[in-house]
Amino acid sequence: MNKSVSQTKDIDWWFGMALSLLMGVAALLLLLIIVFLTNEAWPVLQGGSWAQFFNADGWYPLENKLGLLPMLWATLAVSFGALILALPLGLGSAIFIEYYAPKFIGKPFSSVVTLLAGIPSVVFGLWGLTKLVPLINNIHPPGASLLAAVLVLALMILPTITLTSRSALSSLPSHLLQNSAALALSKKSMIIGVLIPSALRGIIGGVLLALVRAVGETMAVLMVAGNVVQTPTGLFDPVRVLTANIALEMAYATDNHRAALFASGLLLMILVFCVAWIASRLSSGETNGYD
Amino acid sequence: MRLFSLFVKVTTAIGGSVGVATFLVMLSGATTFHATTLHAKENTRLVLTGSSTVAPLALEMAKRFEKSHPGVRIDVQTGGSSRGVADARAGRADIGMASRSLKQSESDLFSYTIALDGITIILNKDNPVKTLSNDQIRNIYTGNIKNWNQVGGRDTRITVVNKAEGRSTLELFLHHLALKNSDIKASVVIGDNQQGIKTVSGNPGAIGYVSVGAAEFEADYGTPIKLLPMGGVDATVETIKHRRFPLSRPLNFITKQKPHGMIEKFILFAQSTVVNDLIEEQYFVSLAVPLK
Amino acid sequence: MIDRCFTFIIWLTAGIVFLAFGWLISEVVVQGVGKLSWSFLTDEPARSGREGGIYPIIVSTLLILGTALVIVIPLGLGSAIWLAEFTKKSSKRVQSTRLILDVLAGVPSIVFGLFGYAFFCGFLDLGFSILSGGLTLACMMLPILIRTTEAGLTAVPNDWRRAGAALGVSRTTLLWQVLLPYASPAITAGLLLSIGRATAETAALIFTSGYVDRMPESLNDSGRALAVHIYDLSMNVVGGDKAAYGSALVLIIMVVIINLSANALSEFWLEKKINRLQ
Repeated sequence: MNKSVSQTKDIDWWFGMALSLLMGVAALLLLLIIVFLTNEAWPVLQGGSWAQFFNADGWYPLENKLGLLPMLWATLAVSFGALILALPLGLGSAIFIEYYAPKFIGKPFSSVVTLLAGIPSVVFGLWGLTKLVPLINNIHPPGASLLAAVLVLALMILPTITLTSRSALSSLPSHLLQNSAALALSKKSMIIGVLIPSALRGIIGGVLLALVRAVGETMAVLMVAGNVVQTPTGLFDPVRVLTANIALEMAYATDNHRAALFASGLLLMILVFCVAWIASRLSSGETNGYD
Repeated sequence: MRLFSLFVKVTTAIGGSVGVATFLVMLSGATTFHATTLHAKENTRLVLTGSSTVAPLALEMAKRFEKSHPGVRIDVQTGGSSRGVADARAGRADIGMASRSLKQSESDLFSYTIALDGITIILNKDNPVKTLSNDQIRNIYTGNIKNWNQVGGRDTRITVVNKAEGRSTLELFLHHLALKNSDIKASVVIGDNQQGIKTVSGNPGAIGYVSVGAAEFEADYGTPIKLLPMGGVDATVETIKHRRFPLSRPLNFITKQKPHGMIEKFILFAQSTVVNDLIEEQYFVSLAVPLK
Repeated sequence: MIDRCFTFIIWLTAGIVFLAFGWLISEVVVQGVGKLSWSFLTDEPARSGREGGIYPIIVSTLLILGTALVIVIPLGLGSAIWLAEFTKKSSKRVQSTRLILDVLAGVPSIVFGLFGYAFFCGFLDLGFSILSGGLTLACMMLPILIRTTEAGLTAVPNDWRRAGAALGVSRTTLLWQVLLPYASPAITAGLLLSIGRATAETAALIFTSGYVDRMPESLNDSGRALAVHIYDLSMNVVGGDKAAYGSALVLIIMVVIINLSANALSEFWLEKKINRLQ
C-alpha cells in the first residue's frame, strides 16, 4: 500500500512538471509578442510623446498628426454594440439547444452554429459589403457605417457565445436539474434562477472571448465600416476601428507612422487587458454554485 | 485493466514532454533544413515582394517564366509598394514590386517599368452626371459640394469614396488635384480597387477613383458603374498607352543592384511582348511594342 | 403565462439566428455553387485564380492547419490541465497567467501576423513558409484553447476529485479516466472554435505563409491559404467574385467535415469512459 502511494505521487510529480514546462513554453511565446510590440512601438512611446495619441488633432500620419482617440471610441462602440446584440441571441440559442429544442432540431442547429465559427471574416465582409451596406444606404447614406459593422460583428461573435455558454450549461452536474425538478420549479425559473447562475463563470468566459474577438476583428469591419477617422455620433456614421487602421496602413507605413500603428496594437491589448480584468473581478465574486 | 491503466499513466506522463520535444525538434529541424535548401538552390530561387496591385500580374509572369526555365522557382509575396522598396533595399527580396515611381530618397535603387496603369473617377451607372471638371471634383472631395444637384445631377447626397493613407493611387490623385489628404472630407475610406468598385456599384450617390483597367472590365461585365473622362480625355487603355491620359502610374520592378543572371533574365522577360497577354488579362497597359 | 412567453422568446431567438445565417450561407451557396466541380478541387489556379481550381491552396491550408494543431494541442491541453488541476485557483501567479492568456486571446490577428513575420520568418529564418504560418496560427489558437479547456475542467464537480483522492487514485489516472472525458465536450468546443478561427484567418497568414499559389513541396515552401485566396480574389483580382464565393463554399464544406468528425470523436470518447464508470 505504502509503495503504491509513493508511486502514485511520483507519477503525479513528473506529470505536473511536464505540464508546467508546457505552460512555460506557452507563456514564453506570449511574452515574446508583448516584447516585440513594445520594441516596434518604442519610437513613438519614449519621452512621453505617447500623449499625442490622445490630444493630437486627427489622424494624418503623413502630416505627423497621430490622434488615436476617435478610433478608440469607434472600436468601443462597434464592439459593445455587437455584444449587446449578440449576447441575448447567443445565450438564447444556447438555452434553446440545451433545454428546448427537440433532438432532431437541436443537433443540426448546433452544428450550423459551430459551422459559423469557421466562416472566414472575408466572407462576412463580402456579404456585408455587397448586401447589407446597400440596404443601409437606402435608409441613410453612405451605408458603410457603425451600424453595418455592429450587425456583421454581432453575427461573427454569436457562435462563440453560443458554443461556450452551451458547453458551460451542458457540463453542469445533473443533480442540479434533479434538485430543481424536485422543488417543482418551472422550466423558466429553473433556467434563470439555477442553471444560468451556476454556469455563469463559463458564460462570462465565453462573453469575454466574444468581446475580445470583436475588438480584434479586422477584415470584415474594414470592409463595411467606412473607415473614416472620426468620433462616432450616430449609428449611420462611417467609422474606423483600430484594427482596420493597422490593416489599411501597415503595408504602406514607415518610421513614426509604422511605430504608431504598432502602438495602436499595444493600445488594443491594454483595452483587452481592462476587459479581462473586469471580467476576472466579476467571476471571482461569484461562487460556483455547487462548490 | 491494471495493465491498461499503467499504459495510460506512462503515455500521459511522457505525452507532455513529447509535445515540447516535437515543438523544439520541429523548430530546429526546420531551421537547418531551410538553411540547406536555400543554399543548394541559391541561384534558382527568386523572391519578389511588394505592391498588391502588381502581385497578381507578377505571379502569372513567374509561372510562365518557370515553365520555360526548368529548375527556377519564383516566389511572389504581397504587402504594399513601400514594403517592396524596403525589402529590395534590405536584400529580403531579389526584386521589389511598386505601383509608383521611385521617390527622391530612393534614387539609389534601380527601377524597371513593366506596365502602366491609369486612375479615373467612377460613378454609379444610375447617376446622370456625364462629366466633372477638376474644380468640381476638388470641391466634391473637399466637402464644398455635398449634393449631386449642384453639379447637374439628381437631388442625392454625395458619398465621397477615398483611398487609405499611403496608397500610391491616393498620392497620384491628390497630386493631380493639388490637395492635401487632410483637406478631403471622405464618407468612405477603402483599401483596394475592388472594394472601391463594390462600394460605388452599391451606392447611387457615390463617387470614387480606381484603376482604369479594373473599372473598364467591371463595367463591361455589367457591374453598375461608369468611367468619367479626366481633363477632357476619355479613360481608356488606348489613351493611357499613348500617355495622353493625365492620371497614370508605372508598375515597377525594383532592384538594389544592377540586375544580372536570373534576375536580369526575368526582368527582360517581364518587359517583353511574350507577356503582353498576361498584362492585358490584368487590365493594365503594356509598353512593349511587338516586333514588326 | 410568463413561462410560455419565455419559451416563445427562446424559440424566437433561435429563429432569428437561423434566418440570419441562412441568408448568409445561401448567399455563398448560390454564388459559389456554379464554380464547384471536381476539376475546381483538383486543378491548379489559372489567370490569378479566376479560372482553374484551388487544389494547391487546399493542400497548403490543410498543411498550415495540421502544423498548427500538432503544436497547439499538446501545448494547449497541457497548459490548461496544469492551470486547472495542478495549481491553486487563488494563487497570484495563476491569476496573472490567466489574465495574460485573456489579453493574448485579444491580440488582433494582424498583430500576430506582424509578430510572426518578424519572429518566425525573420528571427528564426523560416522565411515565408507553411511552417511560419502554422506556428503563427498556433500562437493565435493557444490562448483560446487553454481558456476553454480550463473552463471545461473547472466545471467538473469537485466531488469526483475528492472521491478519487479517497480511493487513492493518482491525479494523473483520475484526469485521464474521469476529468478529461467529462470535460471533452468543452475541449472539443474550444478546439473547434480555434480551428474555426484558424481556417478563417487572413491577416496573419498573408504576412507569414505568403501568397504563392503553387503546390508546396515541403513545409518550408510558401503556400497560400484558402482565406487569403478568397480575400485576394474579392478585393484585388478584377472579376474574381465568382471564384471567391466558390472557394468560400469549399472552405465551409471543409469546416463542416472537421466539425462533424471532431464531435463524433469526442462523443465516442465520452460515452466509452462514462459508461465504464457507471
